[in-house]
Parts: sequence; structure tokens; C-alpha cells
Amino acid sequence: MAEPMRIRATMAGDVADVKVLMNHPMETGLRKDAKTGQLIPAHFITEVIATINGAPVLAAEMSGGVSKNPYLGFKVKGPKAGDKVAVSWADNKGDKNSVEATIG
Amino acid sequence: MNALRRNVLKGAAGAGAVAIAVVAGVLKPTQAMAAWNKAAFDAKNVGAALKGIGVTDPADSKDITIKAPDIAENGAVVPVEVTSAIAGTTSIAILAEKNASPLVSNFNLSGGAQGFISTRIKMGQTSLVRAVVKAGGKSYTAAKEVKVTIGGCGG
Amino acid sequence: MKQTIIMKLLAGMAGLGIALGAVSAHASPEKDRQELIKYYMDKYPDVKVEDYVYGALAFDADSKAQYDAIMEFPPYDSEIEKGRKMWETPFKNGKTYAGCLPNGGQHIAGNYPLFDEAKGKVVTLHDAINDCRTANGEEAFKVNDMKTMGVLTAYMRTLSDGMIMNIKAETPKAMAAYEDGKKTFFSRKGQLNFACASCHVQNAGLRLRSELISPAVGHTVHWPVFRGGDNLVTLQQRYQGCYSQVRAVPPPQGGTTMNNLEYFHSALSNGLPLKASVFRK
Repeated sequence: MAEPMRIRATMAGDVADVKVLMNHPMETGLRKDAKTGQLIPAHFITEVIATINGAPVLAAEMSGGVSKNPYLGFKVKGPKAGDKVAVSWADNKGDKNSVEATIG
Repeated sequence: MNALRRNVLKGAAGAGAVAIAVVAGVLKPTQAMAAWNKAAFDAKNVGAALKGIGVTDPADSKDITIKAPDIAENGAVVPVEVTSAIAGTTSIAILAEKNASPLVSNFNLSGGAQGFISTRIKMGQTSLVRAVVKAGGKSYTAAKEVKVTIGGCGG
Repeated sequence: MKQTIIMKLLAGMAGLGIALGAVSAHASPEKDRQELIKYYMDKYPDVKVEDYVYGALAFDADSKAQYDAIMEFPPYDSEIEKGRKMWETPFKNGKTYAGCLPNGGQHIAGNYPLFDEAKGKVVTLHDAINDCRTANGEEAFKVNDMKTMGVLTAYMRTLSDGMIMNIKAETPKAMAAYEDGKKTFFSRKGQLNFACASCHVQNAGLRLRSELISPAVGHTVHWPVFRGGDNLVTLQQRYQGCYSQVRAVPPPQGGTTMNNLEYFHSALSNGLPLKASVFRK
């Protein structure tokens, strides 16, 4: 269902600098619809996993406290240009998305 | 702790196959990771939230740097960057102490991932933004106040 | 001290009904722009003119740092993508926006608004887009509809990123429209009785209701904006907001008053580079 994730991964010295933009409403469940007055149900990314060449480097848990269209930046020592970084997320409704990129 | 989760998080031998399966969509992230830590994320105060991620009395540390604004332009999207210079950092948690649920996110790091996280968080009001770092079996913390105002103009 | 045109206009705002036209009859857009820049530079010698494109952020490092952090990877990327799809989708007759607008739509936003002698009025970029649409059998977009015109221009205006603002008013009719826009800018309005200049000239760099006020120079190069990284606002939509905030009835977007205002206002930013679809609080 989700729109594509955007990812940028480049080597900065011997560290891979990875930046990801996820598309997600990140509703806390506490917000009211301006028109109906009803609470908008909680709908947020609950976990994000990142791997490099298949090996896990980041396993994050998130909540509705993360901003809409979550941004995530992290750094990994060890990879080289040409290695593959993959990031995937799952949300509290069971939706998921993933993206893969080659480190430049 | 779920052995599968331990393997994924610690990058132990065989975890590579699990991770590839995750990315291929064969294995959902929710299966590779333990169930979402509801207790920690639903906690209404910092102490309970930290307890939920297995932390009590983290030591103040000057080796944790929080880059966050003095005054947030917009409380819905506050850029926060945490750098931990503590050797062997295995996780970074970010909390906004006065949020209804203070724990915003918890990042587990492995396989060469550095003590560095950059993200954007929501803040309901002026409060301390707190980073809690786990390294070498111990926990450390630092905090920075971020003011949140409601402006009068700006269309 | 010799009174500059700007000083006279500000004095005229004291509400004595001084005929603004008489005061500025011999002005030229370039002269107005230079005088306004001098007015700001005298007040804020440490703020570089090229930083005026950041508006209020040029006066506050903490705000500017947040802008930089968010602009690194803006959260509204997918909205711009929607705009790109709109831009690239051909009309029912198979023609495209790129085929219809000058230079394929690349590096043209800095020329708008322009004065169309044949039509005898100011033409904004939105007007040019709508002219394309109607010429190709499509319905014009409502210029105040953020979901159509807003989203389309959120992408389309990025095709002019880096272009230097280049507004021209070289004929008597064009100057009349320019002067009309200037009059709107310097006239008090609404229950609060503020002119645009009350905030954005006299109080630029100062705070009003905890908000830092941006100078008028540099205003028009950075639209549309995404408020809070989420809420798309075009320039005339912002004009509407300003009118409402001084408790005046806003004139219609896309009408003569708003278009002439945008014409004058844009000329103040001549010489500065455009950058579309930016973050604001």
C-alpha cells in the first residue's frame, strides 16, 4: 500500500552514511479529525530493520512520537562502496515496505 | 529473550539468512523481532518507559551529544541527532520527557553500526529530549531542553 | 537626510491619506528595490542580502539549522513526486505542459509574474499554466486549490531552482500594475490596520507575537512552502492568510489586486535565486 521509501547511501571515509525517508502518516491515535471530531486511529511504523549485505545493522522500534514521514540517518563502519543496504519497516496494522540501495 | 531476535540483533552466525529473508518479504519484520514493546511505549513517565527497555538509573554521560534546536520551529517535526562516543554502544533510545508517552523510539545497533542516530520527533510541549545509551551492559544518559512554542502568525 | 521613496511611503502609512501615486510617480522597480535593500542593510548590516532568501531564518541561527536539517531530506518528497506525475502526464489531446510553456517549463519561474501587453494585465505562472491547460482542452485549475495547482507547482517550480528572479516592468501599463501592487503593499488594511510593510518593512527582523518577521526582499523566491513540512501553501494563499491575520477581507486569489501585488512584490526579489518547495514552520 505504501509509497516508495527513499534512500541515500554513500561512503564518507570508512563509514557508510545512510539516510532514509519513509512515507507514513504516523498517527498517534490521539488526534481528532477536524471535520468529524472523531479520533483518527493509531497508525504508525512500529519497527525498522536495516541490513548491509544481508547482515543486520539496525533494529529499531518506533512509536507515534516519531514525525510523519519518518526520517532516519545512521552510520555503519565496515562496508565498502558497492555493498547493498536494505531497509524495511512494518507498522501496527501489518503493512510493510522495504527499499534496497547500493552504497555509493 | 527470543533466540531468533537475539540472532538478528547480535549479528550471530546464521543471522544473515534471517535478515535476507526479512528483506525478501518472506519473513515479516514482526516475526524477526520480538513483539512491539507496548509496555515501554505506552508508559506515561520516563522511569516506567526506561524500565520497559530494561534500564534503571542510567549514568549521566558527557560522551553523549544531542543536537536538537533550542526552540523548535514546529513541534511536529523536531530534528534530533544523537551521537554516542561510548565504546561498544549497542542501543540508543530517544525520549521526549513531557510527551504523553515519553519513549519515542529505540534503536538497536549491531554489525558495525556507529553510535549515531538522526531522526525527527514530535514534541507536545517544552521538555527535555533525553538520549539513553546502552553499552557494555551498562546504561548512560544525556538530555537537552527543547522549547516548543505556539506562534501567532506564519499563515 | 534626503527622503527616499521608501521613507515617504512609510510616512504615508501614517494614515494621512497621502497619495502614494504622487510620492512614487518617478520611481522605478530597480530604484525601489535598491532603496529597500539599503533600508534593511542600515538596520541589519550583518545580514547578507543573499541570505534574505531564507526570510526570518536569516535572522536566527537556531531556526536556520532546523531548516537545513529538514531540507537535507524533506518529509514532503512524496508530494513533489505527485506534482512530477501531474507535470509529466499528457493532456487528453496528447500534448504536455512542457510542450506548451516557454523553454519546456525549465528556468522560467523567475520571469513571472510578467505584464502581458496584449492582455493588458499581469500574468502569473499559475495563469500561464492554466492558459496551457485551456489551450489544450483541459479545465483550468483553481489557483487557490493546493491539491491541484499547489501540488503541480510544488514540482514544476523546482525546474526553475537556481534561476535568478527577473521581473520586468518596462511599459507605462506595466508600471501602472506595478504601482498598484506597491500601493496594496504599503496601504493599511483590516481591523488591525496593518500594511504588508508594517510588518515586513518596519518590523523585519523583529518579533511579533513570538514570530520573527521576514523582510520583503527575498520573499517571493521560495514558494510554495510546506508548513511544518506538511502543509502546502502557495504565495497567494499566504497573501490570503496575511489579509485574514490583519482581519481584512482577502481579495480573490488570481484577481487583479493579488496579481499586481505579486508583480510588485516579486520585483523586490530581483537578483536573488529561486528555490521552490521549502520547509517553513
